[in-house]
Amino acid sequence: MGVRLELETLAARAVGTASRAAGRGGGTTLPGKLLWKLDPGAVDELAAELSSGVALVSATNGKTTTTAMAARILGGGQRLAWNSAGANLLSGLASALVAARGADLGLFEVDEAALPEAIARTRPRVVSLANLFRDQLDRYGELEILAERWRAAVKTLPPDATLVVNADDPVVGDLAEGRDRVLRFGLDDPRHARPALQHAADSKYCLRCGAPYEYAAAYVGHLGDYRCPSCGHARPPLDVVARDVELVGLTGSRFTLHGPEGEVVVELSLPGLYNVYNAAAASSLAFALGASPAEVRSGLEDFSAAFGRFERIATGTKTIIVLLIKNPAAANEALRTLETGVPPVLVVALNDAIADGRDVSWIWDVDFEPLLPHVERVVASGDRAAELGLRLVYGGLPEDRLEIVPGLEEALDRGLGLVEAGTDLVVLPTYTAMLALRDVLTRRRLVKPYWEGGPA
Amino acid sequence: MRIRVGHLYPDYLNIYADRGNIAVLSRRAALRGHELVVDPIGVGGALEPDAHDLLYVGGGQDREQAAIAPDLAARGDAIREAVAGGAALLAVCGGYQLLGRGYRGRDGSFMPGAGLFAHETVAGETRMIGDVLLECELDPGERRLLAGFENHAGRTLLDSGAEPLGRVVHGFGNDGESGFEGCRVDSALGTYLHGPLLPRNPWLADWLLERALAHATGEASERLAALPDELEEEAFRVAAGRARVRGGRR
Repeated sequence: MGVRLELETLAARAVGTASRAAGRGGGTTLPGKLLWKLDPGAVDELAAELSSGVALVSATNGKTTTTAMAARILGGGQRLAWNSAGANLLSGLASALVAARGADLGLFEVDEAALPEAIARTRPRVVSLANLFRDQLDRYGELEILAERWRAAVKTLPPDATLVVNADDPVVGDLAEGRDRVLRFGLDDPRHARPALQHAADSKYCLRCGAPYEYAAAYVGHLGDYRCPSCGHARPPLDVVARDVELVGLTGSRFTLHGPEGEVVVELSLPGLYNVYNAAAASSLAFALGASPAEVRSGLEDFSAAFGRFERIATGTKTIIVLLIKNPAAANEALRTLETGVPPVLVVALNDAIADGRDVSWIWDVDFEPLLPHVERVVASGDRAAELGLRLVYGGLPEDRLEIVPGLEEALDRGLGLVEAGTDLVVLPTYTAMLALRDVLTRRRLVKPYWEGGPA
Repeated sequence: MRIRVGHLYPDYLNIYADRGNIAVLSRRAALRGHELVVDPIGVGGALEPDAHDLLYVGGGQDREQAAIAPDLAARGDAIREAVAGGAALLAVCGGYQLLGRGYRGRDGSFMPGAGLFAHETVAGETRMIGDVLLECELDPGERRLLAGFENHAGRTLLDSGAEPLGRVVHGFGNDGESGFEGCRVDSALGTYLHGPLLPRNPWLADWLLERALAHATGEASERLAALPDELEEEAFRVAAGRARVRGGRR
């Protein structure tokens, strides 16, 4: 390591500390942004110093949670350089590398569009790719453009690197074709299949011939056990499979995880089938790095939740449950976890900053319909509260059950006022609305600031 | 009155809110005592020129659009005849492009369209993405604003003499240069404004319904009774504000 890099990382680290001291947020991206500006090649050098190498995680949905689960599984025996606060561009990786000098393993979630450069610079040992859903088309362009970039990026992987793919996603599963070192994961429990593909499902036409896929089971969006009736392109055999899945409402799930070296029963304290997918992705990544089934099991069972994705926050006699919604597929799964016990009051918050997607059209692809007849009241909030309110009314919510409260703090308090003691208030915010709500809860000392993580 | 809607390729062209636009038409018709009956029309399905009072063509991603393009192009005569006979039509984004003469790719390839609108679309280098505000004058002397969101790589060039849907107040519009957006032929409208266009611009939904009703009854079109529309107005106000502050700059 040269003197230059040493000075740069010291300077960058000082900026992060100063940013926190000045009360300007977590300073999670500032040091990296500086280093990235000063010397992008520093990322390559810092990554090359890691004795156990680098593992990358990307997906439209679930990257933060999957990476955090993998950190729980792998973090016992070694020091991690990990971008736990979700700063997933190259500058965020740089920050994590600076903050954890001397770490053994680099474990990074990577923005879908940043994956090619992250692969080129960190030369990963393992790359886990879990799904591609339509998401923020205003930022990324069309899904097919991203898929094409991933295809090209995967071809640049070193031959000894392991590629982990979700074989239940036709486009992602296909990335592993022709590679030797591959782990394919997926779900096998048709009891949890949706009766039909959801509205506006992605990737529903065969990659090879364009005919519509037939699904023996569609689990989450277009993820499932597919087969093309025309040319026979089908889900390949799975190496890591979650079976016998029991979902317990908003509490969690239990499933059997079958891996290359045996099976374990896992009890997860995160709700929903999508988190079973996240667990399967994290387990596969851990298996690829040599973890045992027992380590995988205990890591997953110790895991609570990644920052802001799913949180249960006690406030006096009431509990706030926060479920992040950020695109149609993720929102549909969040709503699905509510179906078994529909909460009486919902606060839904729609912002339209860059991180939320400036184009709010996506809320029309979210299937709010099954939930709305059963809720007593919905508080629509955020910068685009009226737009959201219209969506809900058209989704079947009687107008006298809708309140428009654009201010997030006011909406939260209104929601808390509407639920009775001993009851949960479910809050569904988009990304920046979640950050803003978290600021409110931090000020009220109900949660710790995000760079420290977890409930207070 | 029963209003018959032909929804073209709902399985392929359904990106964002196309179902929302249909839901708005349906609800606003119902609130005035009319019934909207929607026929999905897929590839190879029947499209009789006089069978529908309103046709709807949504947008899709490139792959989906390419899949239905030949079928749509082959229906050019039926669609032009329907519009000439007074049927209303709304085409959004990909549907708008494919109802022109055709789409020229960057590799020089040409995908023929249905030839309803007098325009041609050329693939561009960069996407034009952002909030949009338009000023429309569909009925002489009645200027109205339309707020939406655009996201397109194609540059749509109107023939001289072709009538645009509106003038761009903020945003890119058809090609980022002409200052026009969309295209109109009689009661047929095409636009790049995708997503929930009709929920926050209810006057446009009513304009289409009035023309569809006139087609259904065979009588001159009449103004529909006003609805409260408070949420709609607020959603429009915020969206228009977004276009002013951060719409695409030509």
